Amino acid sequence: MDFELLYGIVKIILIATTPLVFAGIGELVTEKSGVLNLGVEGMMLVGAVTAFVTLVITGNYILAFTFSILSGVIMSSLFAFLVLILMSNQIATGLALTIFGIGLSSMIGKNYIGTPIEGLSPWFFVIFSFVIVFFISYFFYKTKAGLILRAVGESHNSAHALGYGVLKIRFCSIIFGGAMCALAGSYMSICYAPMWQENMTAGRGWIALALVVFATWKPGRILIGAYIFGGVSILQMNFQAWGLSLPGQFFNMAPYLATLIVLVLISSNKLRVKLSAPASLTIPFFKGR
Amino acid sequence: MNKFIPIIISRPQSSNLMNVLVPVIAVILTLLTGSIIFSIMGFNPFFALHTFFISPISTSYGISELLVKATPLALIAIGLAFCFKNNIYNIGAEGQLTMGAIFGGGIGIYFYDTNAFWLLPLMILGGAIGGALWAMIPALLKTKFNTNEILTSLMLVYVALLILDYLVVGPWKDPLGYSFPKTRQFSESGRMPLLFAGLRVHFGLIITLVLIFFSWFIFSKTIFGFQLKVSGYSPTAARYAGFSQNILVYLAFGICGAFAGIAGLSEVSGPIGLLYRDISPNYGFTAIIVAFLGRLHPIGIIFASLIIALTYLGAEDAQLFMQIPAAVGFVFQGLILFYLLGADLLVNYKLEFNK
Repeated sequence: MDFELLYGIVKIILIATTPLVFAGIGELVTEKSGVLNLGVEGMMLVGAVTAFVTLVITGNYILAFTFSILSGVIMSSLFAFLVLILMSNQIATGLALTIFGIGLSSMIGKNYIGTPIEGLSPWFFVIFSFVIVFFISYFFYKTKAGLILRAVGESHNSAHALGYGVLKIRFCSIIFGGAMCALAGSYMSICYAPMWQENMTAGRGWIALALVVFATWKPGRILIGAYIFGGVSILQMNFQAWGLSLPGQFFNMAPYLATLIVLVLISSNKLRVKLSAPASLTIPFFKGR
Repeated sequence: MNKFIPIIISRPQSSNLMNVLVPVIAVILTLLTGSIIFSIMGFNPFFALHTFFISPISTSYGISELLVKATPLALIAIGLAFCFKNNIYNIGAEGQLTMGAIFGGGIGIYFYDTNAFWLLPLMILGGAIGGALWAMIPALLKTKFNTNEILTSLMLVYVALLILDYLVVGPWKDPLGYSFPKTRQFSESGRMPLLFAGLRVHFGLIITLVLIFFSWFIFSKTIFGFQLKVSGYSPTAARYAGFSQNILVYLAFGICGAFAGIAGLSEVSGPIGLLYRDISPNYGFTAIIVAFLGRLHPIGIIFASLIIALTYLGAEDAQLFMQIPAAVGFVFQGLILFYLLGADLLVNYKLEFNK
């Protein structure tokens, strides 16, 4: 294999994997605080369409990303209100957020399908994705605030007894998750694609959720997992280009099947999952009578 | 200020009245929100709500279309109830529906020039087997490898859709269909009989009603239904009682998959008549909302399926007459579920204002 081709592949893998890293690390922070948000796909789509439409109207990249992140904050606050204050079932609420997000994004983006825009260079975001993973890793294991967040996810009653505001900390973690998912979406519609299409995230939100399990809730491993998935989905395109004789649909299955296989391998060790998952995940916190 | 913020107090026992009332509250709140959204978009809210929720069902054709849409939703939702009652989160019904359509529809394509009474029953059986087999994968992964069924069942949706895509552009493509990605038509005896001449409502509705009655019988009259309920409320109690959780997982997934598969088959052999890419407008996902809105109860699911089917019809009309994208239907579905889950608080807690 010549160097030129290898360089090309590495470049594409870096560009294609970045949204998985953003969404994965956002969801990881949310889950670390003890909340499972299945709305990743919906928040990514709304983030993507918000960024795209803002860019088409204003022509301003900074505004596009700001509004997109704001949309993620609003979507995740809605989720936070339901699961934290009204103590609704987190799994069902997350599903509702995804269904709502799919509908809302295709409604907003209806007139913008196929509108041409000038894409932004992805490299700033590629580097930023590594920085944010490093930062979150540092935050969790080297700062007191990170320790408190993890404590809330492990045992909200103990954290509450020690005087920490469980709901406040969970709220912030959910908002951070929402903002990162929206950033992943806006990166896809402005840097990666660059265009808007209904359901353009094509299940990446769900793969990001699987990444958190793969990473056994450790930030650094999100990078490893994301690059395995990114690599698989890019390599399948290259296999196709190299003329491997299988219908295209079977190559397109690769990322989903890879997710499935990896999930099985990770979770078949019951003890490992039990030890690494936040102990209060999906359990609502009720401090009242 | 604090006078206006209610305090949440847990009830000693969950309220049965609220259990029934909450879905009604959710629907009313959704209508209110909907009218606000329509006014912001510059429509008269009464006109908009009328276009959305009343005019689609003001003709016999409209009622028939409502039943056509409600049929698969109710059938999948009652299947999901088997899973959800036991806290098994199978969210891949869309994939099981697709596999049912592939297995049953495949039989229909193979016998495309045969007219025989046994063809439709064979296709229905094929649909049930296809859906059940596809649902067995997450069930097996959950019991043998402890793998979370939410993600595995969802990943299999994408795989099933790609398999369907491969079949309709590849080996099963209609040789006379030019380059359209669709298969041959099923023969006349491979189609669901229509219930009324000139209307699209078909025999699938009868199958759905029979299976809903069957499910009600299982839920309330059999040991299996009792086991599902107990292990849903308290897995520990179920374990002490000696119920095998693994068998419950296989049965729940198997029944749910079979129902979704039959729903998929009755779509392709009912209104559609052949296989192509977009056989389902997200019925498998929307049925999750139907199941929750219907409180996992057979009667509730029938009502919920009619309400949610109406959002599909209303969205189509809104697109025709008000130029609002049809995706507004999904927005309404999401809103209903939000309100339902939020108002669920009232079942187990009560609100009290400071005096």
